[in-house]
Amino acid sequence: MSQLYDCRDAFAQALEEAARNDPRIVVVINDSLGSSKLKGFKAAFPQRLVNVGIAEQNMVGVAAGLANGGKIPFVSGASPFLTARALEQIKVDLAYSQANVKLCGMSSGLAYGELGPTHHSIEDLAWTRAIANLSVIVPADPRETAQAVHEVARLSGPFFLRISRMPVPQVHPADYRFRLGKASWLRQGSDVAIIATGVMVARALEAATLLTNDGIEAAVINMATIRPLDREAVIEAARRSGAIVTVEEHTVYGGLGGAVAEVVVTTHPVPMRILGVPGVFAPTGSPEYLLEHFGLTPAGIRAAALELLKARAEQ
Amino acid sequence: MAQDREDQLAALRRKANLLRQRDLVMIQRAGMGHIGGDFSALDILVTLYFVVLRVDPQHPDAPDRDRFILSKGHCAGALYNTIAEVGFFPTSELETFMKPLSRLNGHPDRTKVPGVEASTGPLGHGLPIGVGAALAARLDGAAWRTYVLTGDGELQEGSNWEAAMAAAHYGLDNLTVIIDRNRLQQGAPTEDTIRLEPLADKWRAFGWAVREVDGHDYAALLEMLQSESWEPGRPRCLIAYTHKGQGVSFMCDNVDWHHRVPTPEEAERALQELREAVHG
Repeated sequence: MSQLYDCRDAFAQALEEAARNDPRIVVVINDSLGSSKLKGFKAAFPQRLVNVGIAEQNMVGVAAGLANGGKIPFVSGASPFLTARALEQIKVDLAYSQANVKLCGMSSGLAYGELGPTHHSIEDLAWTRAIANLSVIVPADPRETAQAVHEVARLSGPFFLRISRMPVPQVHPADYRFRLGKASWLRQGSDVAIIATGVMVARALEAATLLTNDGIEAAVINMATIRPLDREAVIEAARRSGAIVTVEEHTVYGGLGGAVAEVVVTTHPVPMRILGVPGVFAPTGSPEYLLEHFGLTPAGIRAAALELLKARAEQ
Repeated sequence: MAQDREDQLAALRRKANLLRQRDLVMIQRAGMGHIGGDFSALDILVTLYFVVLRVDPQHPDAPDRDRFILSKGHCAGALYNTIAEVGFFPTSELETFMKPLSRLNGHPDRTKVPGVEASTGPLGHGLPIGVGAALAARLDGAAWRTYVLTGDGELQEGSNWEAAMAAAHYGLDNLTVIIDRNRLQQGAPTEDTIRLEPLADKWRAFGWAVREVDGHDYAALLEMLQSESWEPGRPRCLIAYTHKGQGVSFMCDNVDWHHRVPTPEEAERALQELREAVHG
């Protein structure tokens, strides 16, 4: 078993580095210092961390105002509250206003497992992806997380970074370079393409390994940018493999699967399976339990790929 | 000096009267707008833009400019007329108000209209943005100031009170909120809808320095907005008592004129009243 990492550590370290290089960078939090792992940032830059308390609407509005005043705010809070509570501010004050603000949704997806559906953030990709001008990024490992932080600090405009606390291995090599809107092909294979995002990427790679025992060569594509989506990569995946499985730790409505399907059906239609949370509130359970429950595991992905290929063969 | 002051006040009065006439014509032409709230806010806007604010229409993005944020974005008409007169864009462009592809949308868009600091429309957004701007100036040790104009009905939005707590906590005495207290929201008086009073006490309790003023009295507005005697370390709240539809007798304090468009006859009567007022 390879070493596992909490991507929040890479996020916090990269943000401190970026802040050292650019004095305009500030952080805005909603009493989320510890959960965002920003104690080090606060110690290094006490004046540049604004805690607005438990007030998400104000948090995003304050960030818009800081950007108006020439700052580059990173807003960091638990993703379910940041996105849902402040969605109108995200739409109007940031996206419509083209404000130079970086939203960092922490502990997204099913990471708060046992705390229940109030704390699950399995709708955040659908909500943010629907908003014009807002780029949406889901890093898969610490390396990509750090690079995404530096990239959004460098690029002007509003971004949403979705960051999990679920442990993941490094899936990218040391020379990997994250580029906005570009998918990374982690594995080649022409029988089926597995397009995954975030914490599901490592599981998709394991599923591909399992599939070799079935005589199936699966491509694995990390779709780290959900918006703007890498349409060329999706079309290429459809063309090469003729079958696509998407995997996300998010509702199957309007997330990665929806985004990929929108491209596939309008360009190069192929059979698809969309794996995720099937439109329900999750039961009580640990994150690992819930991923198992919804089939978001290497075995579950393998089974979906085999079923897809069988169904296609029978057509 | 006294004569200078009188001249200044008379000039503001004439300016506001002119802008009310233009706004009325603009709304009449567009067939849409929020004339009641435009007219309650116009004297405040004119006082800010022609005396108080340090802004330069030739350099709308100058880093050290004062920031004015119109939180009651539906009163874009009053803002457009004011900043066009200041010189941020040609007054002739007011003819495009709400026409297809005009940058003068029914609510202001900061990405398109020079001089607009915040894209507003949904209520309760302006004050949080103002708090952020004031924090940015504080972080830089900069002298520029931030002003936010809110409606009174919009104080029913909880986001304002989140922002009010934060502004007081951070001691933002470089931030001024002006409340256009015309006492009417879209459908009814604020006090019949969800009561705001005792409004001054609420802001005081939230840690703000509070003043109350007649929002149509230029001398009083200037005295408050230029005063240095506010409590240091506290954000400033100026409750401006105004009348919706101020300047036109049959619109004044009448809830029907929140977003009603005058008929040609009503528009002519209103213009007549405004013309007489400036000559009287």
